[in-house]
Amino acid sequence: MTKLALSDEILMSIDKPARYIGHEVNMAVKDLKDIDVRFAMCFPDVYEIGMSHLGIQILYHMFNGMDGVYCERVYSPWTDLDKIMREQHIPLFTLETQTPVKDMDFLGITIQYEMCYTNILQILDLSGITMTAAHRAEDEPIVIGGGPCTYNPEPIAEFFDIFYIGEGETVYKDLINAYRHNKANGGSRRDFLMAAANIPGLYVPQLYEASYNNDGTLKSFTPTVEGVPTTVKKEIVMDISNTVYPERPIVPYIRATQDRVVLEIQRGCIRGCRFCQAGMIYRPVRERDVEFLKDMAVKMLKSTGHEEITLSSLSSSDYSKLDELLNFLIDEFKGKGVNISLPSLRVDAFSLDVMSKVQDVKKSSLTFAPEAGSQRMRNVINKGLTEEDILNGCALAFKGGWNKVKLYFMLGLPTETEEDMKALAELSELVAEKYYEIPKSERNGKVQVTASSSFFIPKPFTPFQWAAMCTKDEFQRRAYVVNDRMKEMLNRKSLKYNYHDPDTSIIEGLLARGDRKVSSVIKRVYEAGGIYDAWGEYFNYDRWLAALEAEGLDLDFYTTRERSTDELFPWDFIDTGVTKNFLKREWQRAHEEQITPNCRMECQGCGAAVFKGGVCFEDKN
Amino acid sequence: MAQQYLKEVSALKIRIKFSKTGAVRFIGHLDVMRYFQKLNRRAGIDVKYSTGFSPHQIMSFAAPLGVGLESHGEYVDIEVNSTMSSSESIKALNNASIEGIQVTSYVELPEGTANAMSSVAAADYIVRVKEQYKPTVIADNAMLKKRFEEFLSQSSIVVTKASKKSEREVDLRPLIYKASVNENGEIFMQLCTGSAENLKPELVLETFFRYVGDKMSQFALDICRLEVYGLYTSKDENGNVISEKLIPLEQFGKEIL
Ligand code: SF4
Repeated sequence: MTKLALSDEILMSIDKPARYIGHEVNMAVKDLKDIDVRFAMCFPDVYEIGMSHLGIQILYHMFNGMDGVYCERVYSPWTDLDKIMREQHIPLFTLETQTPVKDMDFLGITIQYEMCYTNILQILDLSGITMTAAHRAEDEPIVIGGGPCTYNPEPIAEFFDIFYIGEGETVYKDLINAYRHNKANGGSRRDFLMAAANIPGLYVPQLYEASYNNDGTLKSFTPTVEGVPTTVKKEIVMDISNTVYPERPIVPYIRATQDRVVLEIQRGCIRGCRFCQAGMIYRPVRERDVEFLKDMAVKMLKSTGHEEITLSSLSSSDYSKLDELLNFLIDEFKGKGVNISLPSLRVDAFSLDVMSKVQDVKKSSLTFAPEAGSQRMRNVINKGLTEEDILNGCALAFKGGWNKVKLYFMLGLPTETEEDMKALAELSELVAEKYYEIPKSERNGKVQVTASSSFFIPKPFTPFQWAAMCTKDEFQRRAYVVNDRMKEMLNRKSLKYNYHDPDTSIIEGLLARGDRKVSSVIKRVYEAGGIYDAWGEYFNYDRWLAALEAEGLDLDFYTTRERSTDELFPWDFIDTGVTKNFLKREWQRAHEEQITPNCRMECQGCGAAVFKGGVCFEDKN
Repeated sequence: MAQQYLKEVSALKIRIKFSKTGAVRFIGHLDVMRYFQKLNRRAGIDVKYSTGFSPHQIMSFAAPLGVGLESHGEYVDIEVNSTMSSSESIKALNNASIEGIQVTSYVELPEGTANAMSSVAAADYIVRVKEQYKPTVIADNAMLKKRFEEFLSQSSIVVTKASKKSEREVDLRPLIYKASVNENGEIFMQLCTGSAENLKPELVLETFFRYVGDKMSQFALDICRLEVYGLYTSKDENGNVISEKLIPLEQFGKEIL
């Protein structure tokens, strides 16, 4: 057994010491004398969150399948341990061998949400790694970032040596080989980064330079050295049934957020909702073969002993073999102590049947994500769900014994009017009324409709990347409009309304469309004590405002400003396959309140067909 | 496969003994429970599930171990539909387990045996005081032994035990069944354990530290539980108790061949 990095005294005085000891079931164990490349894989949030992320488990499995490579995990120490590590100068360590992160060759950080940016700095700082990539010494680890936030890496570009844009399964092998090659040739850190910059999908920020116009917008973004590509094209796996999958995922001792087997059934989404970044950057849709998934389900349940399995994807109902897969899972595992937890599915006869087989109807609730209250607004955002779909689905479900409905909305969408806001309450009311249309004898007590709204945050690579975001006060006002309207409804006693915290949304908006200048703000917030900004109890809005002010940056420039369609964006050097022209067309159609058909109804020529596969070629082979 | 050795029964009670050592001593009791649920599934133990929408395994643990303690004598009772032999089951469980949790016995409990949780009567511990926390008066092993024996020779050792609700006076002396110090300065103790009276080794040592005029740090001890016992009562044909003795919990069951 490896000696633990933390003393018994520390482990006994912190919350959940199991976060830091490693040695879980299915952890990779390797003999260090066979290893020449050590890779620390980090999810910059607490262990229970990080361990729940499928992407990390996929990459962990992939790296540890490579000869000579040992991939170990790192998570953010919780605030209690963070304090002790600073006081006692304990360097951040990997879970597997409890080795300081600083001794690794690579530190890979997956960046899943903007609000973890201060935690990235915490990781670097506690590891003793120089914060600014360009100042790092020869022997410091190469810090590499991946995940959805790298589709606009600029606010955190200063802190990373490399960003991996796209799906991790493709070019890591090339990167590792380039590293070995460089080492064998006695090359420098800089030599290696030059080589990395020429591997498809890899972006080395310090080899590029941004210049700005007087109004603060980006003027140019270019490589500073010869031989570095001007655009970086995302990496993508086309055959997702013949690729690595964690057959033996690690099983945490403590309950992780996702304490179950996760089957990723497809990547991408055919729908094209205009606010949704995932729906754009993961194009085109690629399905995993159903036989592959069945096989994985059996193997993963066996290797983990988990009592639950779930499916993961965007818009799961669009997976073409969903019936077959769910029926297989039910037949195979029901009655064997395995719960099947369903992703949110389009509510229809099929899904209700499946739901009634695997959940307790009395306790479970129906979920709809109309995203907007009015049909007009849903046309603007291209959400194909109609009022009729929702009410018919509810009617069917209410007859089947359900009496709880959850509705998810967004507020602050482009062109949103007072009517659109009120419609959110009115749609909730219609759902409640639908319930009372069924005869009393068939009802199952009272109906409970819970409407939740988050605030719209424009994201890069979506048709709404040009949109203005509301101010904090405006967000607040709109939530009050909805709330007041709720109170006017006939069935108000059956309606419940929750809304997100506007403060966090504003900062998320800043970071989502920020440029290189924003990195100094993040650093300032971190230095002022900011970590765990994704956790409401640690997020401090004023700290962010103060940092913006100190850096002389204007929040509104990044958030509430509507961009013109010819503005050069900080993320424009990335090629996701989906063209800027397509996004512009969609932005235009949004203003015309025009619905755009999905990929299976009619291809829109978005550009993602360049990857030569997936839904774009479904009928053609 | 071992399928042909399967023994079909309606529901069978199994008692598993296991060790918990190394880094997993920092895993709390509830997580050990979760660990066993998953371990049983990985090992292919034919566990019996409760019915309903979220079926669960029926389990009973003997005397939950505190975080930070090691043990070579942990027990859990489970129910199964069918079972492989004891040795095959132990092998399957250990193949699917980690280094720190190893199964050492797997026995069938006769019909009507009280479950692990309610049968606990005593437990053995070996306690080591970490060097840096030893008060000088007991710094060498001979001194430690001498003072500890003195401490035990008192006819009563009364302490105030504070629980969430109340404080009460308890005499520890009768709850210490056996105790000795070996030449390495390790303290062996057999203590009363269970739901009625439960004496933890930490409390004995804390009281001993006070006895020698020192305050014990919460980090001072390395504790390993060695065994957990139940009270075995033999009765004559009229139901009168002939004798009572402490036996390790595993001895309430019999090996499955
Ligand atoms: S090219 Fe057509 S089918 Fe392919 S992702 Fe774009 S719109 Fe959909």
